[in-house]
Amino acid sequence: MSRLRIGAGSAWWGDRIEPAKLNAERGDLDYLCFETMAEATVSAAQVRKRRDPSFPGYDTYLDDRMKAVLPGCLKRCTKIISNQGWINPDGAQRIVELLREHGAKRKKVAAVSGSLITDRIAKLGGTILESGAQVASIAPEIISAEAYLGAEPIVEALRQGADIVITGRVADPSLFLAPMMHEFGWRADDFDRLGAGSGLGHLLECGAQVTGGYFADPGFKDVPDPWDLAFPIAEVEADGSAVIAKVAGTGGAINAMTVKEQMLYEVHDPANYITPDVVVDFTTAALEQVGPDRMRVSNIGGKPRTPTLKVSMGCMEGFIGEDMFFYAGPGALRRAQLAKRILEERFRIVDLKTDDLRIDFLGLNAIHGEATPKDAPEPYEVAVRVAARCRTREEALKVGREIDGMAVSGVGMTGKRVPHQDRAREIIGVWSTLVPREAVPPAITRYES
Amino acid sequence: MQGTLQVKLERVAHVRSGDKGNTSNIAVIAYCDEFYPLLKEQLTAARFKAFYRGAIKGDVTRYEADNLAALNFVAEGALGGGVSRSLSLDNYGKALSAAILGFDIEVPEQYSNLLRGG
Repeated sequence: MSRLRIGAGSAWWGDRIEPAKLNAERGDLDYLCFETMAEATVSAAQVRKRRDPSFPGYDTYLDDRMKAVLPGCLKRCTKIISNQGWINPDGAQRIVELLREHGAKRKKVAAVSGSLITDRIAKLGGTILESGAQVASIAPEIISAEAYLGAEPIVEALRQGADIVITGRVADPSLFLAPMMHEFGWRADDFDRLGAGSGLGHLLECGAQVTGGYFADPGFKDVPDPWDLAFPIAEVEADGSAVIAKVAGTGGAINAMTVKEQMLYEVHDPANYITPDVVVDFTTAALEQVGPDRMRVSNIGGKPRTPTLKVSMGCMEGFIGEDMFFYAGPGALRRAQLAKRILEERFRIVDLKTDDLRIDFLGLNAIHGEATPKDAPEPYEVAVRVAARCRTREEALKVGREIDGMAVSGVGMTGKRVPHQDRAREIIGVWSTLVPREAVPPAITRYES
Repeated sequence: MQGTLQVKLERVAHVRSGDKGNTSNIAVIAYCDEFYPLLKEQLTAARFKAFYRGAIKGDVTRYEADNLAALNFVAEGALGGGVSRSLSLDNYGKALSAAILGFDIEVPEQYSNLLRGG
């Protein structure tokens, strides 16, 4: 293959579905790739599965996404790679059912599993990267531990003829690198090519974040028709260079600014962006605008991969209790300040036990906190937003109960909602460690429609 | 001798923040190549951390990507204990990058026609 067209289908679980359908129908794609997992996705799915055994364990939008894109993908013979498997990549069987419903016969679906290592993390794990403590010290609280697999098992599934590959935890760029390795025959130790391909994967993995999403700032960085953003398409050459593009006639923008912002998104050292497949070097990249909404990206570098894989471990760490109430008009802030003082005393009186407590003024300092300028203007409207991190649900619920008290026992002119939702939520804290890559052998299961 | 103008960073650079655990990275990207040396010289890691006052609890490391005319600030302890533990409404710190747009920066007058917005 001389040129490969790879499109993005989602950047996270809650992402829009229509741009994926558009890419499937009008993107002329060889591959459509879906990224649907955040750091705590697997742990949250494990907790849900424990409470509700009927929860299948894969992306709750699996049906919606597949039904939207299958007609277009089947017509064009576009292959699909997706990490919607979450804790159950054998959700591939549901895709087989959907393929049959679409009249597609003898289509091959592969499930890539093996990333879940909850049962053996205590034995494998060394040091927690964030705290320096031993993994063993948190072992009893670990709900889920999953390693970030690389592109190789997906490449193997494609080599075996899969039309659709569904995975559990795989590093996001690897979902996009895999088809490049497979189609261009890049070897797993060709780190120049793998660096280039993974860098492109990083540009695609956040969907609209490279096509004008998470970008517009009126008067400084304007974006045409920002309500109609497309997901990106990479036209990849065999040398690992590419043009980042999108379906014509859509809103949004692809330019040097959008590409640079996404290139550095969630990156620490841009010369050493570690993935399971390769260490990517963005500091050699060259960008060139080659047409409207078309950016050529070349010369992203690569260095040998590390001997380890990153593992995310989710732990139950208690509950957050939160709620808010409102002030407006002249003097809104002074009433909010008195309300804060009352709540601080009330929490003392009811002996609220917290690990952390915040009482913020939304409209003034709830987002930037201590970074809020001292001379920030006084807002016309203020929400007093209260959040506390507690060990037990009972303690966390005290937050909402004390805010209820502010309705008739608080400050003048207080706006307050009747509680309409659970005001205590579980915390799944995420820790990381490294394990030898040999300790996490992937597995491929094959299905056919 | 040309004079200088003092402007907010928003007229010189654009920003994006990303999260990994309790660490936020904030990329500061010059709108044009002429502005990049000004960023390198004036927006040091120490000044960056000081500007965020107590909102960044840990160290700030500055990486330079000359090819992108961009600085990448990696701020540890900036996300309230981590995305899932944070009590902040903006627990991913998606809006955290915007604060630095208020940083004062000196720009040679000859570049005034290159300033954005305003």
